[in-house]
Amino acid sequence: MSDKLLVIGEVRDNDIRNVSFEAIAAAKQISADAEIVGVLLSDNDLTSAGEEFIAHGADSVITVTHENLKEYTSEGYGQAILEIIDELSPNGIVMGHTSIGKDLTPKIASRLSAGLISDVVDIEKDGDDAVYIRPIYSGKAFEKKAFEDDFTFVTIRPNNIPALEKDTSRSGDVTAKDVDIKDLRTIVKEVVRKASEGVDLSEANVIVAGGRGVKSADGFKPLYELAEVLGGAVGASRGACDADYCDYALQIGQTGKVVTPDLYIAVGISGAIQHLAGMSNSKVIVAINKDPESNIFNVADYGIVGDLFEVIPLLIEEIKKVKA
Amino acid sequence: MNIYVLLKKTFDTEEKITVQGGRIEDDGAEFIINPYDEYAIEEAIVQRDAHDGEITVVTIGDEDSEKQLRTALAMGADKAVLINTEEDLEDGDQFTTAKILEAYFEGKDADLILAGNVAIDEASGQVGPRLAELLGIPYVTTITSLSIDGAAVSIEKDVEGDVEVIETSLPLLVTCQQGLNDPRYPSLPGIMKAKKKPLEELEIDDLDLDEDDVEAKTKTIDIYLPPEKEAGKVLEGEIADQVKELVSLLKNDKKVL
Ligand SMILES: Cc1cc2nc3c(=O)[nH]c(=O)nc-3n(C[C@H](O)[C@H](O)[C@H](O)COP(=O)(O)OP(=O)(O)OC[C@H]3O[C@@H](n4cnc5c(N)ncnc54)[C@H](O)[C@@H]3O)c2cc1C
Ligand SMILES: Cc1cc2nc3c(=O)[nH]c(=O)nc-3n(C[C@H](O)[C@H](O)[C@H](O)COP(=O)(O)OP(=O)(O)OC[C@H]3O[C@@H](n4cnc5c(N)ncnc54)[C@H](O)[C@@H]3O)c2cc1C
Repeated sequence: MSDKLLVIGEVRDNDIRNVSFEAIAAAKQISADAEIVGVLLSDNDLTSAGEEFIAHGADSVITVTHENLKEYTSEGYGQAILEIIDELSPNGIVMGHTSIGKDLTPKIASRLSAGLISDVVDIEKDGDDAVYIRPIYSGKAFEKKAFEDDFTFVTIRPNNIPALEKDTSRSGDVTAKDVDIKDLRTIVKEVVRKASEGVDLSEANVIVAGGRGVKSADGFKPLYELAEVLGGAVGASRGACDADYCDYALQIGQTGKVVTPDLYIAVGISGAIQHLAGMSNSKVIVAINKDPESNIFNVADYGIVGDLFEVIPLLIEEIKKVKA
Repeated sequence: MNIYVLLKKTFDTEEKITVQGGRIEDDGAEFIINPYDEYAIEEAIVQRDAHDGEITVVTIGDEDSEKQLRTALAMGADKAVLINTEEDLEDGDQFTTAKILEAYFEGKDADLILAGNVAIDEASGQVGPRLAELLGIPYVTTITSLSIDGAAVSIEKDVEGDVEVIETSLPLLVTCQQGLNDPRYPSLPGIMKAKKKPLEELEIDDLDLDEDDVEAKTKTIDIYLPPEKEAGKVLEGEIADQVKELVSLLKNDKKVL
């Protein structure tokens, strides 16, 4: 009998997050012929999101729409998902290692008395068994983990396991399920949006990050311009956030976002271990810093030792030229 | 108020990591209180001072964990509990840890449990929410503000940079995020007093647990260091030429433009 894996998707402003498509690809890597059942939750109609999920590799999708699922709460989502698990008895669950994934999956694992391997960046096969690779000690080491029994439960770090090519010719059932979501003990009263519109930092392919060396909020303006010509997003070190040059929503690192873009440009950032924890897995790292001894050069593929206020405008011009 | 803090000792952030036979070599390494647990201790002190009550700091660890517990007592916690698994258990994972804590909390009537949002070594962030679920109490993770009024609780939660304002009630478990407070350093009188504060040591047997109840659900097959990265290339020459070279390398060699 083949496996049945649930992939819990995340819908934000009616769009499915890219990491949820990556979770489908991860499920396929775990078990190539598994039946993949997507799960989507919202207070809105999810028919078209369900079809989108199928085009990205799910075999079928179960949706739950309920007014108490407008904002994520572990209890609301937990009630819906536990009921689906009860009905389908899957052999495993895959989800993104996002704010919601981190909050929700330990609760479900605990309820199922299951193991949970969090923040997976790669999957290997050892015969039929999957082996999961995750960074530990702020990315200074990696561990390979596996399950003791045959229930699989993992969260995957965004931008590491490529999503499957979208294929609109795929078909599958999108079924709306009725679950009464009630007796919530935690209620979200308000959401204050701080993260900027546009490219989502944790999923961006290019990130231009500024540190204390940028010296002011105004100093960030050229970084925004550079990010724009690259089609990327702006991030920051905690040094820059603490100094009020930008909002904490931009912070990258152990406490902030963990990112794995194709290109990470660190500008006026010294490269403290807590910062590296959030970005050292980036595919190509460029460092611009006036101090040749600064630690960021130890992780950079390319470095320019110089004054960022001189380098960045030149870089913007040069990239505009090659992009034109 | 009956307040508990969950504390894990971790490698000092600055420690260099070496691996021996698929394990992290920890002989002679400096250990610290997991930094996010420092936020938890500080918040516990603030809440106790505002609402009265008592703070108990709990860790699962070994003999050496006493050092971090004494530091927590010196910061201002009232009591400490060391659940020493060194003799009884060989392997464990987050399931194990949460099950042991569940057994410890049996009959304790905790009003508020504070944990770190994540431990900086194994970094799963599972232990807090797992425990709350086992105890049947609500939880809120990555909090940056906490105010308690009777049984009503109002919280600000960091959600990938956005802020959620959440209302909930005691009993409750929260996990602490940077921004919640500035943890104090232990004062000299604090350190003196800490030596006399109660530190209870328990073993698995004392908790009415069988080894089978806490058997890990996952196993570690290997631990290794990332492949040595090729030394990066620091460009040379006039800045304008360096920029040109950089763009060309990004476009032609790395193909990321
Ligand atoms: C528990 C804990 C969690 C933490 N979490 C995080 C986290 O998530 N993310 C994070 O980033 N940090 C985090 N930190 C903080 C971290 O330790 C560092 O303090 C922080 O990353 C430093 O920021 P920075 O590199 O911008 O500043 P600095 O270390 O001050 O570096 C500024 C750099 O700018 C360079 N510079 C100055 N002027 C110029 C110029 N004109 N041109 C070019 N270069 C210039 C300097 O040479 C220097 O290297 C955490 C710390 C703790 C204790
Ligand atoms: C008997 C036993 C044997 C173990 N053997 C191994 C081993 O061989 N190899 C190995 O790598 N790991 C081992 N562990 C550790 C285990 O794998 C995890 O480190 C532990 O479950 C915490 O998970 P985490 O680091 O992901 O913490 P997170 O879930 O990220 O921690 C979040 C928060 O939970 C609380 N917390 C976490 N751990 C503890 C604790 N121990 N005591 C009190 N509060 C805590 C803290 O508040 C912390 O900030 C063992 C654990 C036990 C109990």
